[in-house]
Amino acid sequence: MSTNHSILAHHFADLDQQRETETFGMWLFLSTEILIFGAVFTCYTVYRLRYPHDFEAASAKLNVLIGSINTIVLLSSSLTMALSVHATRVGRQQMLLTCLLLTILLGGTFLGLKVLEYYKDYKDNLVPVLAFKPEEWTQVQGEQGPVQPQRVELMLVFYYVMTGLHAVHMIVGMGLLIWLVVEARKGLLTTVRYMPVEVVGLYWHFVDIVWIFLLPLLYLTGTHHAADLHF
Amino acid sequence: MSSAITTGFVPQAKPRPPRAPGENYLNVAIGVKSWLFTTDHKRIAILYLVTVTILFFLGGAAATVIRLNLMTPTGDLVPADTYNKLFSAHGIIMVWFFLVPVIPTVLGNFLVPMMIGARDLAFPKINLLSWYIFTIGAVITLWALIAGGVDTGWTFYTPFSSKYARTNVMPTMIGIFISGFSSILTGLNFIATMHTMRAPGLTWWRMPLFLWAHYAASVILVLATPVLAMALILVGVERAWGIGIFDPELGGDPVLFQHLFWFYSHPVVYIMVLPSMGIISEVVTCFSRKPIFGYVFIMWSSVGIAVLGFLVWAHHMFVAGQSVYSAMIFSALSYLVAVPSAIKVFNWTATLYKGSISFETPLLFALGFIALFTMGGLTGLFLAALGVDMHVHDTYFIIAHFHFIMVGGSVMGYMGGLHYWWPKMTGRMYSDFLSKLAALIIFVGFILTFLPQFVLGYLGMPRRYHVYPPEFQVLNVMSSAGASILAVGYVLPLFYLFWSLYAGKPAGPNPWGATGLEWQTPSPPPTHNFDESPIVTTGPYEYSVEESEIVH
Amino acid sequence: MFAEIPLFPEQASTTAQRVDALFFFLCTVCGSMAILIAGLVLFFAFKYRRRAEDERTPRIMGNNRLEWFWTIAPLFVFLIMFLWGADIYTSVALPPPDAADVFVVGKQWMWKIQHPGGQREINELHIPVDRPVKLTLTSEDVIHDFFVPAFRTKIDVIPGRYVQTWFQPTKTGRYHLFCSQYCGTSHANMVGTVFVMERDEYRQWLGGQAATGSLADQGRQLFLKFQCITCHSANAEARAPILEGLFGRTVSLRNGRTVVADDAYLRESILYPEAKVVQGWEPIMPTFKGQANEEELIRLLAFIKSLKPGQTPVRNEEALPPLDAPKMPPGGNPKQHEAVPTYQPQGKSNEP
Repeated sequence: MSTNHSILAHHFADLDQQRETETFGMWLFLSTEILIFGAVFTCYTVYRLRYPHDFEAASAKLNVLIGSINTIVLLSSSLTMALSVHATRVGRQQMLLTCLLLTILLGGTFLGLKVLEYYKDYKDNLVPVLAFKPEEWTQVQGEQGPVQPQRVELMLVFYYVMTGLHAVHMIVGMGLLIWLVVEARKGLLTTVRYMPVEVVGLYWHFVDIVWIFLLPLLYLTGTHHAADLHF
Repeated sequence: MSSAITTGFVPQAKPRPPRAPGENYLNVAIGVKSWLFTTDHKRIAILYLVTVTILFFLGGAAATVIRLNLMTPTGDLVPADTYNKLFSAHGIIMVWFFLVPVIPTVLGNFLVPMMIGARDLAFPKINLLSWYIFTIGAVITLWALIAGGVDTGWTFYTPFSSKYARTNVMPTMIGIFISGFSSILTGLNFIATMHTMRAPGLTWWRMPLFLWAHYAASVILVLATPVLAMALILVGVERAWGIGIFDPELGGDPVLFQHLFWFYSHPVVYIMVLPSMGIISEVVTCFSRKPIFGYVFIMWSSVGIAVLGFLVWAHHMFVAGQSVYSAMIFSALSYLVAVPSAIKVFNWTATLYKGSISFETPLLFALGFIALFTMGGLTGLFLAALGVDMHVHDTYFIIAHFHFIMVGGSVMGYMGGLHYWWPKMTGRMYSDFLSKLAALIIFVGFILTFLPQFVLGYLGMPRRYHVYPPEFQVLNVMSSAGASILAVGYVLPLFYLFWSLYAGKPAGPNPWGATGLEWQTPSPPPTHNFDESPIVTTGPYEYSVEESEIVH
Repeated sequence: MFAEIPLFPEQASTTAQRVDALFFFLCTVCGSMAILIAGLVLFFAFKYRRRAEDERTPRIMGNNRLEWFWTIAPLFVFLIMFLWGADIYTSVALPPPDAADVFVVGKQWMWKIQHPGGQREINELHIPVDRPVKLTLTSEDVIHDFFVPAFRTKIDVIPGRYVQTWFQPTKTGRYHLFCSQYCGTSHANMVGTVFVMERDEYRQWLGGQAATGSLADQGRQLFLKFQCITCHSANAEARAPILEGLFGRTVSLRNGRTVVADDAYLRESILYPEAKVVQGWEPIMPTFKGQANEEELIRLLAFIKSLKPGQTPVRNEEALPPLDAPKMPPGGNPKQHEAVPTYQPQGKSNEP
C-alpha cells in the first residue's frame, strides 16, 4: 500500500480520482487541438470550394507515394502505442519497452520521410516563393481551362502550414515517448502507475487521426496516376 | 464520467504533518525560491496578482498618453506613428494581459479549490507552468511593444498586418501566442477540478455561482483560444514567408482573417465578463444577507452566454462586405445573446428586494457594476441593430460600449472581488473610508470619461484617430478630464491595500459573515486549505430563514 | 460656449432620417430600462438597508413565472429592433436602379473618386442633392472604410473586390468624409469633404472640371491601348465574345454554370480570364493584371457598360500612342495558334 501513497498526489483523495482527472485533463487538451486544426481546416475548405480546379491540380503534384507510406507508418505506430499501454497495464516490462521503442522508430521514420518529402517538393518547384515557377503551371489544364499559378501557390501554402503543424505535434510526441522510455527503464511504469502511458497514448492517437484527415484533404483531391508515383 | 460525490480525504490520502499555530500559506516558507517553485494555488494567485497589476498600469500609462494627446484636435503631443503604437499597445496589454487573465488567475486560482472544498487545483504544477508561460509571453510582448512598437491595433487586420505593417508585428504575435497557452492551461485546470474534485455533498447544483461563472469562462478559454493561435500563425507565416492565405494577389481573402479573429475575440469578451458576473453574484448575496434570486436561471444564463457567445462573431463585420443574409442571422443571434445577461441583472436586482443591505466597499463596486454593465449592455442592443451599427461601427460609440462593459463591468467587478476576498487572502482589513472613496472616484471618473464618447461616436468621430475635427474638442476634453479622475481612483487602492498588509486590522476567518467554504478557513488559509474535507449539506447561499419565521 | 458643443450630427440623407428614427426608439426603450433598473436598485438599496445586525431576511429563492416573463418579454422588443434595423440595412444594400454611378478607389492615404463623366476628385465628392448616388468602391492596398456621418452610411473598402453602397442626400452643404477602418500611419488624415449641391450648381461644377472625356470615353481609349480590340472585335475572325450589351446579361460558362455579367465579373475576367470562360469560347485571353490599375479597370468597365450594339470600335482604328501597352504581333496573340480557334457567329456566345 505504500506505493499507493508515493504515486498519489497530495491533493487527490484517492487513486481513482487522480486517474480520472488525468484522463479528463488530456481529453480537454485534445479538444483544444481539435479547434486549432479545425481553424486551419476551415480556411482550407473555404478556398478549396472557391478554387476547386487549381487546388486539385496542386494536389495532384504532391508526393502521394511518400504520403501513403507515411500513413501506414503512422497507423502502425498507433498500434505499437496501444500495445505499450496494454503492456503497462499487464505488467510486461519488456514488451512495454519494445513497443515504446518501436513507436519511436516508426515516428522517426515518419518524420524522416517527411523531411525527404519536403526536399523533393523543393526540387520539384512546389515551394511558394522559395522554389516555384508560375510558368510551369500555366499549361496545366484544370476542368475549365488552365489553372492559375497564384491559386496553386495558395494551396501549397496550406499544405506546408498544415503538414508543418502536424510535424511539430509529432516532434512533441517523440519527446514524450522518449521521456516514457526513460521512465520505463527506471521501472517507474507499473500496473499501478500506468497513467503516463495512457495519457501519452491518447495524444499520440490524436496526432495520428489528424494525419488521417490531412492525407485525403491534401493529397487525394487531385487525380494521381501510376506514372506520378515517384520517390 | 465523474461521480457526483467524491470520497473524503481519509483514510487513503497521504497523512500531513501537524500544522504550527498561526501557520498559513504566506508564512509557511519564505524566500524567493519558495515562491517561484510553489505549487500552492494561493501563492500562484499572488504571483499572478503582482504580474497582472504591473501590466494593468502599463496599459493604463498608454491610455494616459492617448487621452492627453486627444485634448487637442491637432494631436500635438505625439506623432501619428507613436499614437498608433500607443493605442495598439493599450489594446493588446489590456485585453490579453489584463482583462482575460485577471479574475480567473487571481481570484479564480485562489478560490476555486477552496470553494470546491479541495486542497488544490487538479494540476498544481501545470498551474505554476501557466504562470511562467504567461510571464514569458508578457515579457516578449512588452519588449516588442516598447522596443519599436506595433501599429496594427489589437485586431491585426489583414492585409495591413500581413503585408504592409513595418513594425514589431511578429514578436508581438509570438508573445500573445505563448500567453494563449497559459489561458488554455488555466481553463483546463478549472474544468477538471470542478468535474472531479468537488467535496462530498457538493453537487453541481450546490456550487457557488462564482464557480459556475468560471466553468463557463473556462470552456470558452479552452475552445476559443486555439482559433486565435491559428489566426496569428497564419499572419506570421505570411509575414515570414512573404506569401499567405489572406493576400488578394493570390486570390486570398483578407476578410477571412476577420472571421478567424472574431470567432475567438467575441467569445473572449465573455471570458472577460463572466467571472466578473460570478463575483457580483457572490457579493450581492452576501451583503443583502439573502440567497441569490433565481440560482438556476443565473447558472443556465452563464452556460447560455458561453454557447451563444460562439455564434455571434460576425456582428463585428456588419460593414465588412458580408452578405445581407449573413448579417441578418448574426444580428438576430446577437439579440439572443443579450437575454442571458439581462436575466442576471434582473436577478441581482431581485436579490436586493427584502434583503438586509449593508454598504460595504465590495457591494459599492458591485452596484457600480450593475449600473455600468447595464448601460453598456443596453448599448449593445444599439449595435446589434444593423441599421444603427452601419453608422456607429468603428467610431467612439463602439469604444464607449466596450469600455462600459470591460471597465465599468469587468474591472469594477474585479475591484469588488479583490476588496471582498482581500481579508481572506491576506488576513487583513483595509481602510473602510479610503476604499469607499476609491469606489466613488472610479465611478464618477468612469462616467465622465466614457459617457461623452457615446455622443462623439454618434457624431461620427472614428476610432484610432490621433487628430480630429475641431468641433469634437470639447467632448474630448471632457473625456480626458474624466480619465484623470479615473486614474486617481485606480491608484488609490495601491496605497491603502499595500498599507493594510502592514497596519490593517486582522480579519478573522469570516469578516463579512458570508456563507461559502472559503470562509470556513482561517484568514490567511493554511497551505492545504482544509484540515478535514468539508462535507456539504446545503445550497450555497443559506443566509435567510423561511418567511414564516420572521417576526415583524 | 455650450451652444457650440455638437451633440447630434446633421441629418443629410434619406438613410440618416431612418437611422435616427431607430436610434431614438432604441434610446427610449433602453433609456427606460436603464432608469427602471437604476431606480429599482436605488429604491431597494435605500428601503432595505440594514437597520439591525440581527435582522432576518426572508428565504426568497426565486420566482419561475417572473423569470420566464423577463426572459421572453425582451425577445419581443428585440424582434422589433432587429426587423427595423435589418430593413434599413437591406435597403442600403440595394441601390435604386436610377442611381448615378460614382467610383471610389481608396489607398493609403487618400480617396480617389471618379464620376461617370470622367471628372476626378481626390478626397472630395461633389454630388447633387435629392438624387440617389451609388458608390462602387475598391482599395489598392489595405482595407479602408468610406464613412460619411451625415449620411449615416459606411462601408469597408477591400482590396481585390468591389463593394457597393448608395445614399440620397437631402440637404445641401459640406459634410465630413472619414476613413474609419484603421489603415496605417495617416489613417486620421485620410479625410475629406462631401459637397452636396443644388442641381444647377452641380451641373456647373461638372462642366468646370478638366475635360478628359467621360469615364466611358477614357475606357474606350484603354480598350484600344491594351489591344482588347484584337480579339473582342465585332467581325468574323473575332477570337473572343462580343461585348456589346453584355453588362447585366446572364452568361453561360464552359462549366455549365451561369453568371450575371456585373462589375465583379467584368473585373475578374480582365484580371483572371481563366476563372469564368464563356461557353463556346477557348480560354486564350491573357491577363491584364499588373498592366491595368484599379482606376483604369473602372474606366474599362464604364466603357464596356456603355457599349451598345454596333458601337465596338473597328479593329484597325488608330489607338492613342501607347507607352507600355503589350506588343501584339499583327496576327493577334501567338498563344491563339496553339488552341484551335472555334469560330462562333456573332451573338451566339452571348445568348443566355
